[in-house]
Amino acid sequence: MAETATHADQAHHSSTGLSNNKLAMWLFLGSECLLFGGLISTYMLYRGRIVSGPHPNAIFDIPFTSVSSFVLLMSSLTMVLAVTSAQRKDDSRTNLWLMVTALLGATFIGGQVYEFTTFYREGLGFTTSLFGSSFYSLTGFHGVHVSVGIILLMSLVGMIKKNKIPGDKAEVVELIGLYWHFVDIVWIVIFTLVYLIPS
Amino acid sequence: MSTTTEHHDHGMSDSGYVKIALILAAITALEVSTYYVDFGPLFMPALLIMMVVKFVMVVSYFMHLKFDNKLFSFLFYVGLGLALFVYFVALATFKFFIA
Repeated sequence: MAETATHADQAHHSSTGLSNNKLAMWLFLGSECLLFGGLISTYMLYRGRIVSGPHPNAIFDIPFTSVSSFVLLMSSLTMVLAVTSAQRKDDSRTNLWLMVTALLGATFIGGQVYEFTTFYREGLGFTTSLFGSSFYSLTGFHGVHVSVGIILLMSLVGMIKKNKIPGDKAEVVELIGLYWHFVDIVWIVIFTLVYLIPS
Repeated sequence: MSTTTEHHDHGMSDSGYVKIALILAAITALEVSTYYVDFGPLFMPALLIMMVVKFVMVVSYFMHLKFDNKLFSFLFYVGLGLALFVYFVALATFKFFIA
């Protein structure tokens, strides 16, 4: 039994003594910076290029987006509480915090769907202007990342309940947590550069 | 050192994380206040500084980079630095900063 555990540890840790999975996740997040950097730069470049359709300042609802941002920010707190619960091997609390995190994420996505619908009704389609295209691409990509995060969180809840997580459970929760926090920091940048700083 | 012990050595207590979240919420409130209150020439620098502070706080505390192995910080910040450099140059090429 102990021998099996040792083999499992060796399979997941590199010669540096660090977890291969965690190294891979950080490398992935580093590469994601390039993806979102490209989308944010494109938005910054095109946000003033409006031949037809509404301007950003005319359609952005800052109080509404502020609440959405606050919800996503608080989901980072519940995620880190899930990680600490997993490290204490408290499965029921881990699942509780993971579900709260997923719920907060779903609330954020609901807000984004509402916002997109409102913008569309006010005349901002994907092809209306370069501002519209770059705005929907940037925030849409972010929304997809949040949605993937929610699926990961709910899958994790199911796997923990069925005790089907191979290896170190706390590390798996931590890896999903790293992805979730990354999605949050990307929104911190988007909220300031896209919504709060006028074009 | 077992993996479990290693995890407990890292990070903060739950109350510590709540305090960080409260600070982040306060900074967000300050950010939103710039929409209602005229900060004059301080508007842009104040917003950018608050954004960077929030970013670093989440990465350092919630993502544990402050407490974790420096190699993780290296991997992430190299990616971030590369992104900033590449897109700063790209925006400069399009004369974004002059406009």
